[in-house]
Amino acid sequence: MLEIKNIFCGYPEGFTLKNVSFKLEKKEFLGIVGPNGSGKTTLLKTITRLLKPKKGEVIIDGVNIEKMKFKEIAKKIAVVPQIFNMEFDINVEEFIFLGRIPLKSTFQFLENKNDEEVVKNAMELTETVKLKERLVNSLSGGEIQRVAIARALVQEPQLLLLDEPTSHLDIGHQIRILDLLRKLNKENLLTIVAIFHDLNLASEYCNRLLLMKEGKTYCIGKPEEVLTYQALEEVYDTPVIVQKSIVSGKPYILVVPHPEEYKQSI
Amino acid sequence: MPVSNGISQNRKRKLVRWASWIFIMLIFVLVIGFISLCIGSGGLYFKEIISGIFTKGTPEFSILFDIRLPRIILAFVVGGALSLAGVILQGIFRNPLVEPYTLGISGGAALGVTLNIVFGIASIFGTMSMPISGFLGAIVVIIFLYSLSINRRILKMHELLLCGVMISFVCSSILMLLMAISKTENLHGIIFWMMGSLEQPNINLIWMTLFVSILGLIASYFFCFDLNALLLGEEEATHLGINVEKTKRALFIIASVLTGVSVSVVGIIGFVGLLVPHFVRMFVGNDYRILNISAFIVGGGFLIFCDTLARIVIVPLELPVGVITGILGGILFIYAILKKRLIFG
Repeated sequence: MLEIKNIFCGYPEGFTLKNVSFKLEKKEFLGIVGPNGSGKTTLLKTITRLLKPKKGEVIIDGVNIEKMKFKEIAKKIAVVPQIFNMEFDINVEEFIFLGRIPLKSTFQFLENKNDEEVVKNAMELTETVKLKERLVNSLSGGEIQRVAIARALVQEPQLLLLDEPTSHLDIGHQIRILDLLRKLNKENLLTIVAIFHDLNLASEYCNRLLLMKEGKTYCIGKPEEVLTYQALEEVYDTPVIVQKSIVSGKPYILVVPHPEEYKQSI
Repeated sequence: MPVSNGISQNRKRKLVRWASWIFIMLIFVLVIGFISLCIGSGGLYFKEIISGIFTKGTPEFSILFDIRLPRIILAFVVGGALSLAGVILQGIFRNPLVEPYTLGISGGAALGVTLNIVFGIASIFGTMSMPISGFLGAIVVIIFLYSLSINRRILKMHELLLCGVMISFVCSSILMLLMAISKTENLHGIIFWMMGSLEQPNINLIWMTLFVSILGLIASYFFCFDLNALLLGEEEATHLGINVEKTKRALFIIASVLTGVSVSVVGIIGFVGLLVPHFVRMFVGNDYRILNISAFIVGGGFLIFCDTLARIVIVPLELPVGVITGILGGILFIYAILKKRLIFG
């Protein structure tokens, strides 16, 4: 459904994405991993047309996004950003209703019954019903992620993009968010692309991984194929040990402290 | 279907709440308007008003309908326009301290009008060239701010506000320069624009202001969802399908027209766009569907109130209305900064 073709993209100071290409099929759960500054967020921004590529194409359902209106893109792709910075207070319910904006018809001024139904379902799915009256600025990290996912869901997208959905969360909340995403992927047949910093979480939940290095695709494939110690050592420039998770059999990465410091600590 | 009934009641409740806010605000404006109609340096009181309304040709009738009523209407539409420009600019810049005056847009408009007076353009092209030159002055400042925020990629909020304050300073300095070199007959006009006054004998200008502000209010409603989306930031608004650059340009034009026309008719009246939205947001919330109309109505009522105060505080003399809004607004501005220190952090 999504095809990235030879993308060169970046900020005026220089390119961050150099010749990135991959294809995404429906119902996939793709994780993007890679070191800081390897172009993960830039790639997401290119897909949603926040950044215009210097070269190359982003194609959704056979259509180049440059030929689509922002509104048409918003009907297909919803984004859960890493942080929200709200200057003015609005409550969770109003916040989630904002996700209906791309679907409203030209002269529609109030939400209709369908909008309310969709919002209610999304709130139930993400367990945010009881947060309804709270102000968005007063939510905790885990709550705001679930609310943001609810807002993305009411857009009724085919593709959901998330920028580090689990950073700043404790393991309990991480698992809750990722279980929710897996459920959306499996039961609601939503295609998901998410950026991860935690390789073990990415390995556990994604069915494909894209490993990036210095703005290029280092490799793409199943977690077992991507998360090898050769690849990780080269990309992250740090020694690791890759084992199999005793829970799922997926690759599990152990970090190895720097040898000298390690010796000292013993 | 009991479930969906329950949901649609939710929407009904919202409509009822919005309608009752508008009703309350209109009552507030009518009460203030009526009080303003009753009191003044002429010493008219309630009884005389009633008899004045029904007897045409009396001096009371003429004071009421030829002097006070047009002035009240002008105060209402100018207050509404400035405060609407305030909420729109706050929506674009996502900052509650932004408004036509603090961004220097009012200053630019005043400079435009003054240049018009000094070079005698109005005497060639008629009085209607005044609002146009005010609009041009406003739009020049806005284009300047806009290009600053684009070229520097992200112009930080406090830098933008500082630029605005500096633009105001530069404009008022140029105004003083023009005063120093201009003929005495122009002096009164220039001072009038610098201090702001709702005394406007030209009824056509009042009608034009009324027409333009209502038009601005209607236009703002074409963008109320875009402004709602912008609450989340520009990138998020893009993700919600808003063409942010196009929307911002249109909103800038609306804000410039509203400010430019107001300033060219009544001069610089600062802080209305800061004070009024601050309180309106506290009551009706931040949904622009209700915020736009509320800011307009309350802003109108507020300026009628300030103008009435300005007329009676030092009777028989009159204070410039900008003095009152300036004192109230300046205090609130400092208070808001202290409360929301994080903006400048």
